[in-house]
Amino acid sequence: MLKKFRIGFSLTLFVLINLFFLDFTGFLSLGFHQLGSIQFVPALLALNIDVLVVLLVLSFVFGRVYCSFICPMGVYQDVVAWLSKKFTKKKKYTFSKAKTILRWSVLGATVISFVFGFNFLVGLLDPYGAYGRIVTHIFRPAYMAGNNLLEYIFSHFDNYTFYKVGIYGLGVLSTLIALATLAGIGLLAWRNGRTYCNTLCPVGTLLGFISRYSIFRVQFDDDKCNSCGLCTMRCKASCINSKEKKVDYSRCVTCFNCVEACNRDAMHYTFRKPARQKTGTPANGTVDESKRRFLSATVVTAVAATSLMAQKAKNITGRTEIKRKLPIVPPGGINVENLQDKCVSCHLCVSKCPSHVIKPAFTEYGLGGMMQPRLYFDHGFCNYDCTVCSDVCPSKALQPLTTEQKHQTQLGQVQFIKHNCIVYTDETNCGACSEHCPTQAVHMVPYKGALTIPETDVSICVGCGGCEYVCPAKPHKAIYVEGLQAHNTIKFKKEKQEEIKINDFGF
Amino acid sequence: MEEYNLTIDRIHIKNIHIMDRRNFLRAVALGGAAFAIKDTDAMSIMTQSFAADGRIATKYDLVAVMGGEPEVMFRKAIAEMGGMGKFIKKGDKVVVKPNIGWDKAPELAANTNPKLVAEIIKQCFSAGAKEVTVFDHTCDDWRKCYKNSGIEAAAKAAGAKVVPADQSSYYKPVSIPEGKKLTKAQIHEAIVNCDKWINVPILKNHGGAQLTMSMKNYMGIVWDRGYFHANDLQQCIADVCTYEKRPVLNVVDAYRMMKTSGPRGKNESDVVLTKGLFLSQDIVAVDTAAANFFNQVREMPLSKVGHLAKAQELKLGTMNLDALKIKKIKL
Repeated sequence: MLKKFRIGFSLTLFVLINLFFLDFTGFLSLGFHQLGSIQFVPALLALNIDVLVVLLVLSFVFGRVYCSFICPMGVYQDVVAWLSKKFTKKKKYTFSKAKTILRWSVLGATVISFVFGFNFLVGLLDPYGAYGRIVTHIFRPAYMAGNNLLEYIFSHFDNYTFYKVGIYGLGVLSTLIALATLAGIGLLAWRNGRTYCNTLCPVGTLLGFISRYSIFRVQFDDDKCNSCGLCTMRCKASCINSKEKKVDYSRCVTCFNCVEACNRDAMHYTFRKPARQKTGTPANGTVDESKRRFLSATVVTAVAATSLMAQKAKNITGRTEIKRKLPIVPPGGINVENLQDKCVSCHLCVSKCPSHVIKPAFTEYGLGGMMQPRLYFDHGFCNYDCTVCSDVCPSKALQPLTTEQKHQTQLGQVQFIKHNCIVYTDETNCGACSEHCPTQAVHMVPYKGALTIPETDVSICVGCGGCEYVCPAKPHKAIYVEGLQAHNTIKFKKEKQEEIKINDFGF
Repeated sequence: MEEYNLTIDRIHIKNIHIMDRRNFLRAVALGGAAFAIKDTDAMSIMTQSFAADGRIATKYDLVAVMGGEPEVMFRKAIAEMGGMGKFIKKGDKVVVKPNIGWDKAPELAANTNPKLVAEIIKQCFSAGAKEVTVFDHTCDDWRKCYKNSGIEAAAKAAGAKVVPADQSSYYKPVSIPEGKKLTKAQIHEAIVNCDKWINVPILKNHGGAQLTMSMKNYMGIVWDRGYFHANDLQQCIADVCTYEKRPVLNVVDAYRMMKTSGPRGKNESDVVLTKGLFLSQDIVAVDTAAANFFNQVREMPLSKVGHLAKAQELKLGTMNLDALKIKKIKL
């Protein structure tokens, strides 16, 4: 019963979160971004206290339900493990010792590197972010290609339910990392179930620490249990020692497989029973005490660090070979530091951007900011009225903007290179840049004869990249957007609507 | 010129690949029957009759209307021209090509008025059109443009098919032998495959071309607009209008007019409610009339709108309105 509930709940959430990443038609409302906001690391980085408290309390009461019910990476592993059983009928898990040192080293390294402003590890290991990248870089292109095939077939029968979509490469690094994550974690799950969760995953380690003391837990009924080992064989976390009738609660992900597997009704998910002191445990107890203190200190540091980070001034100068000196932080990102401190690189913004202008960075933000989103204008430009990326960001790395705020946000500043401009070089009309400019920060002024040439006013430039995207000058564009260390707020002059009436045709 | 040829070659090569893939997939997915369909498609293109050379005889060369709602002005204008039946015949596959370039509401006058588009579609069907297709190669995200312009909903309600134009695979290479700078282009398959098309631009200020009207609206049927901008915009605009399949009608929407900051516009301060509409088979004449109309709001000498004279030189029509039979109606 409990297992069925777990499967139903987690699969529903998993399917929805996948669909939300995949959907490019706007079929699923943007409200579904909450599926990202309820994830542990995004909530932690956004200092989303409500979600954090709920997740921590849940873990304390019920154990690591986050890992079994909510985390998409967890469910992905369950799906793979389930599939593996279809191929290897007599698949059995065995009890294994906890990889305590490895787990805590990884968590420690992640927290410490984060405190020192190197956020790549957090982004790399956060199970939600890592899963988001898998969907964005692997599943989504496949989904879109499938859509294009359907469009191709349907449009032959004059059915226009589907429309073609452009599929663009999003950078080699992120795609390779997504592939490696998919394959690596997939392989571990195929062989041994939840290995990732109990070795590398920093969330697993942290919640595992709390769930050791959880109020509800799976427990042996010593009187009924005959140590047959069925529960161990079904435990994908490899945390049940049926011989000693013990469960390692730091690794148990509360999947209830063991409860269902038991033939003698000797496994129960109930209130924590008073600990039976068995021989050999006192020694462990003392170890636990010191560890406990160290670990609680770590947790406190991790949480406190996020708030400290906001105040810490960092000077990132993304040096790149391209003409742009600074990368362009997506709308709502405020500045490079804010983005770096809060982004888990789940690439939901990359997936959701209808204009295809958000792409993971390589080293533009420095090494720590690898895979974090930046704007680029190869396939489009940032829509003036669109706020999708900042609406969906689960970790508030991109803070929500109203349309009005978006209009006033300067993401970058236009730079015009006159000697590259077609009006200058060819002495013919062009104006493509000004055509696309939503604020007329790029406007056309009289040039030779009937010609007009672009003139820029950076004070009202929103940095949308329309001019850069559309500029037809070759081989070098004549206009581009330079990034900023921090976004600016634009003040527009009020314009009066002229009363113009015409009463004739004019010819 | 050298560089241009290279680009076109590349486009050709790309297309050949696309065609191969297309044929292959078709064979797999649809079986041999699809080949037959393709053949008949090709046949119909070859046997099509074009309105390119002989214009249809009408009482007036140009009708100008002022002072009404878009659909009312169009009804008046088309009636003076002898009714839609003169231009659209029973069984015609028609394309209505508005300007849907921008993600803007109708009030901001960046796109053709949806009411006008709907009225034209209705009249096409009344005249016996088999199907009416609407599209534009937009500048902003096409889905947002189609939706927020109100044109997709209005056109669908009127029974038209609204098709995308955001991928190069929708375009077919055509040659433009009369063009001076533009001799080849890729034109949307809806235009290439249709029997008749109606050009429905909105009159706006334009930073590059000075004004955008019927001729400039052609840039929404081609794929590579960048080429126009990079190779003498005004000449390319005139050149593309020599493409053999000419619109049977040009309807310039001047109900709301963007006087400044065009073609995108910043806000309402760029827009004037002028309530005008111009209708003609002569694309140069209708644009000249519209330019004169615009000139009353903001100075715009015809000489600045370079594509007008260039089109006249290509014998696409006349800028000499005095030589035409013009019906002016004030409502």
